[in-house]
Amino acid sequence: MSDRSAALLSNNFIYAAIVIYALAFLAHAVEVAWSVKTPAVLVKKTKLDFSKTERLGRLGSAFMVIGTLLLLAGVIFRGISADRVPWGNMYEFSITGALVFSIAYLYALKKYQMRWLGLPAAIAILLTLGTAVTLLYRPSAPLVPALKSPWLVIHVSAAIISGGVFLLANFIAATYLILDRYEQKGARPIWMQKFPTLESLDNFSYRLIALVFPLWTFSVIAGAIWAEAAWGRYWGWDPKETWAFITWVAYAAYLHARVTIGWRGRKAAWLCLLAGSTFLFNYVYINVWGTGKHTYSGL
Amino acid sequence: MTTLLDSRSFLRWCWRQLTSMRTALILLLLLGIAAIPGSLFPQRTQNPLQVKQYFIDNPSLAPWLDRFSFFEVYSSPWFSAVYLLLFISLIGCVLPRSIEHAKAIGAKPPLTPKYLDRLDHFTEIKKIDLDLAEKYLKRKGFRIRRETNSISAEKGYARESGNLLFHLSLVLVLIGVGIGSLLGSRGDAILNVGDRFINTPTSYDILGFGKFQAEDSLSPFSITVKDFQAQYDSVTNAPIDYTLTVSTANPVGSAENIKIIKVNKPLAYGNTKIYLQATGYSPIVIIKDKQGKVVFEGPTPFLPQDSNLSSIGAIKVPDMDPQIGFVGSFLPTADRDPVRGGFSSYPEVLDPRLLFSIWKGDLGLDSGVPQSVYRIDTSKLERIGLKALVLNESFDFGEGSITFTGWNSWVNLQIVSDPGKIYALVGAILAISGLLISLFTRQRRIWVKQGRKTEIAGLSKNEIPGLDEEIRDLVKELTGER
Repeated sequence: MSDRSAALLSNNFIYAAIVIYALAFLAHAVEVAWSVKTPAVLVKKTKLDFSKTERLGRLGSAFMVIGTLLLLAGVIFRGISADRVPWGNMYEFSITGALVFSIAYLYALKKYQMRWLGLPAAIAILLTLGTAVTLLYRPSAPLVPALKSPWLVIHVSAAIISGGVFLLANFIAATYLILDRYEQKGARPIWMQKFPTLESLDNFSYRLIALVFPLWTFSVIAGAIWAEAAWGRYWGWDPKETWAFITWVAYAAYLHARVTIGWRGRKAAWLCLLAGSTFLFNYVYINVWGTGKHTYSGL
Repeated sequence: MTTLLDSRSFLRWCWRQLTSMRTALILLLLLGIAAIPGSLFPQRTQNPLQVKQYFIDNPSLAPWLDRFSFFEVYSSPWFSAVYLLLFISLIGCVLPRSIEHAKAIGAKPPLTPKYLDRLDHFTEIKKIDLDLAEKYLKRKGFRIRRETNSISAEKGYARESGNLLFHLSLVLVLIGVGIGSLLGSRGDAILNVGDRFINTPTSYDILGFGKFQAEDSLSPFSITVKDFQAQYDSVTNAPIDYTLTVSTANPVGSAENIKIIKVNKPLAYGNTKIYLQATGYSPIVIIKDKQGKVVFEGPTPFLPQDSNLSSIGAIKVPDMDPQIGFVGSFLPTADRDPVRGGFSSYPEVLDPRLLFSIWKGDLGLDSGVPQSVYRIDTSKLERIGLKALVLNESFDFGEGSITFTGWNSWVNLQIVSDPGKIYALVGAILAISGLLISLFTRQRRIWVKQGRKTEIAGLSKNEIPGLDEEIRDLVKELTGER
C-alpha cells in the first residue's frame, strides 16, 4: 500500500469514527433527556423506570465501541502512512489521545458500569476529533531529526495515556461537583439518579490519579533522558517541561492532600480539576501559542 | 533565661510548622505557581535575544520585571527559597519517619484491640487452634505478635519503605542537579566543514563554567569536521536527517577515529558529550583590493532565519583601507516574490544567491566592544553599493572586487560536561520505584482472637481493595472448607 492511500484511508476512518461518535452522542443525549421528561409524579410513586431509555443507552454504548474501533484503525493507518508511530504532531497526538480516552471510558464502562459518563465522554471525544481534523490537520510526513529516537514511543505513549486518564479523572471530579451541588440543594435531579454515589465518584477519580501518577512521572523522566540525548541537557525549563513539572507538582499535591491530610470530596475534586487544567493548558496553549523546543512541523 | 527558653521554643515551633504536612503542601503548590512566570516571560538562559527584544518592546515594565528576576526565574531568590524550604521541610518530615520506620520493621505489630467486633471485616467462626492461624499467616508473609489468646499480624511495610525511598530519592535528584550546575560546563562552537576544533576555552564561541569548575578541566580532545549531510523532505521542506562525520582524537595528537554524530546520537567522552545542535551555510567569497591582491578568502557562517534557510550574515574585511563590510543574506534556493522580494524556497542549495550591501569606514573591530559576527553596526559607515551575485560572479565596488565562489556547511557543536546527571538519573529511577511500591502495596493488619468463638477482623491502611478476599481465604483455611 502506498503512503498516500494509507493516509487517505486513515482520514476516512477518522471521519467515519466522528459520525459514529456523533450517533453515540445522540443516543446518550436522548437517553438523558428522556429520563428528565419522566413525570415527577410517577417518580414519587414508583422507582424510576429506565426501561425505555435502557435500549437507547445500550445503543449508545455500542456506537462508542464501534467508534473506538474505527478510531483505532484511523490511528494505525496514520502510522502506516508515515512509517512510524503516529505521534509526530498535534493532530496525531489529538487522535491518539481521543483513542486512549475512549478506551479508558470503555474500560470504566465494563468494570464499573459507568454508562452515565457516556454523554460527556462522547462530547469530549467529538470536540477533540473535531478540532483535530479542522484546525490541527497536517499531511502525513516524516519526522524531523530531533524526533527520530526510540524515546518517542516511550515518552509520548506514556504522556498520551496519562493525559487520557487525567482527563477522565477530571470529568469524574466535575461530575462530583455538579452532583454535590444538587444534593446540597435537596435531591439529585432525575436524570442523575443513576449516577454513582458521591463517595464512589470521589474514590474513582482518586484511584485513576493514583494509578496514572507514576506513569506521568515516568513520562517526565523519559522525556528528560531523551532531552539529554537530543538537546544536550536533561532539564532546561522549556515551556513544555515547565508545565509538565507544574502538572506533576499539582497531582503530587492532590495525592498528599488526600492521603496524608485526608481531603475528601469537594476540596479534593477542585484540586483534581486544577491539576487537570494545568495538563490541558500545557497541551493546548504551549503547543499552539508557546515557544520552545517542543514545537515541531507547524503544530 | 526566659528569653532564651522563649526563643528556643519559638525555633522549635517554627521547625514544627515548617515540617508539618500542611506547610509542605502549601510549599508544593507554591513551587508550581512559582514556576509559571518562567514559561510566560522569555528567559536569559534559554533565549537572551528574546529578553533583549522584551526590553525594547516594554521599556517601562521590563526593568521592574528584571528587578524581581522574572527573566531568570529558575535561579531567582524567590524560586530558590520555595524549593529549598520545600526540601528542608521534606527532609525534616522524612528523616524522623525513616527512623520510626526502621524501628517498626524490627518491632512486633501492635497489640490486638479489645473489641474486634467494632472493626472492619469482622467475622466469627467456630473455635479453632490459634497455632493454625499463626502458621497460615506466617506462610503468607505477615509479621506476627502472638499472645496467649490472640494474634496480631501486619503486612505491607514496604508501602512506607517505598514512600520514604521516593522522597529521599528526590533529594538525590536535587543533589545531581546541584553538582551539574556547580561542576559542569557548557559551550558552543560553530565549525565549517573542514575546520578543526581543540577542546580548550579559547576555541569556543560561547562557554560557561560552573562555579567550582576549573577552566583547565576540559577533556583534551580534538574534532575535525569531515563531512555534513542534510536531507530534506521535498514536500514539506522539513529536515529529515542530519549526518555529521568527524575525525576525533582523545587526547589531541593520538590516533584519529572517524565518528558519526546525529541529533539523537551525541559523541561521548566520559562525562563530556558533543551534540549537533544547529546547522547553516557559509558562503565562500574572494575579496581583492584595487591592486588585485587577495585580502579575504573563505567561508563566513550565516545565520538561518527560516525553515528554508534564508540566512543573514556579515563579512568583515578589516585589512582594507578604508575598512569594508558586507551586510548580506544567502539564499540557498533563490526565488522572487513581488511582496517579499528575494527569498529562499528550499533549504538545499539548488540555485544560490548572495545578496549584500557594501559599507565603507571604521568597522569598530578595534574598539574592544564585543560584536556579533553576524551583524555590522552601520551607523557610522557609508554605503557604497548594493548587489546580488550568482555563483562564480564577480562585482567591482570601486575599492576592490568580490567574487562569490561557493558555499560550505557549518555546524554548531554544543559541548557539555555534566558530572551530576548520573546522580539525577539514579535518583529519578529510585524515586519512581519508590512511588510504585508505595502506591501499589497494601498495608493491612489482621487480628485473630479467642473469645467464646474465634474472632477475626482486619484493617486496611490504604484504600487498595483486597483485604476482603484475604480474610475470606483465611476463614476458609481455618474452618477447613478448602
